[in-house]
Amino acid sequence: MKQESVSIGKSIVIKGEVTGSEDLTIEGQVEGKIELREHILSIGPTGRVQAHVSAKAIIVHGQVTGNLTAAEKVDIRENGAVDGDITAPRVAIADGAKFRGSVDMRHDSATLSDRSSKGRKVETLTPISTNGEPANV
Amino acid sequence: MAEVLDLGPAIGPNIAFLGERIDCRIHVKDLYADLERHAREEALDRFPEFVATALGAYGAESVDAVLCWDIFDYLTAPAADVLAPALIQALRPGGALLALFGGGRTSESSYTRYVIEDEGHLRYRVAPAACGRQRLLQNRDILALFTGLTLFDSVLLKSGVREVVFRKPEEL
Repeated sequence: MKQESVSIGKSIVIKGEVTGSEDLTIEGQVEGKIELREHILSIGPTGRVQAHVSAKAIIVHGQVTGNLTAAEKVDIRENGAVDGDITAPRVAIADGAKFRGSVDMRHDSATLSDRSSKGRKVETLTPISTNGEPANV
Repeated sequence: MAEVLDLGPAIGPNIAFLGERIDCRIHVKDLYADLERHAREEALDRFPEFVATALGAYGAESVDAVLCWDIFDYLTAPAADVLAPALIQALRPGGALLALFGGGRTSESSYTRYVIEDEGHLRYRVAPAACGRQRLLQNRDILALFTGLTLFDSVLLKSGVREVVFRKPEEL
């Protein structure tokens, strides 16, 4: 069954609250609040969002200022930019993406300081070239 | 949940490692980007003031670990003298601070992006920069910079990079 999806076009500016029960792609501007709890929100390359966003999954190609909460995943793609806090069990940030804020992946609590004092082992610093392949120094 | 302050850029594998495997809340404060902006605007003399304001957002004893990477290699002495005490103040007692030093020649115009591969390995890649490395810190300079912290571990890597971990004593 084909998943329904709608789009907010490049010339559209919305100020206020956006809610829905289908996937949504934003290519225009949205300021306020976005809630798509059971669906996927995509912010396209021309999308500009200044809002608190809740969705099942959030994919960012454009720019977002505000906090993002996703039940499954936040995915910031290569040219995407997010300035805000992310809460999601999975977060992917591509090379070239910009992010500033905090990331909470909501796992059971543990302290890094406890772990870092036990079994910490950094044996080598292996260089890689810009294409991600191992390189010689 | 442990709070980690990352002074480097948001790097996907690092976020995944710290968030999914170590169960931390990560605060990304990309000082390299801020430094780059100041360098391009020829405003590096204002960077110490910027650092004081930016790090002031983190409360005293609010983070469990700080990942400095090699940011101190790129800072002038006045900026380093502002940043280090701010980080020490932000660390909780028992918290850890990781810093790398001496990864390249001074005036070298590139940043190093460190990628956590797993518990035992870091990788790095190079990115162009407007701001070169400012100085090569000696061991005594490093220890003086982080007065108040305890040297927990220091490793000289094959590449010449010195990796240092400090801990904040439970009671200063």
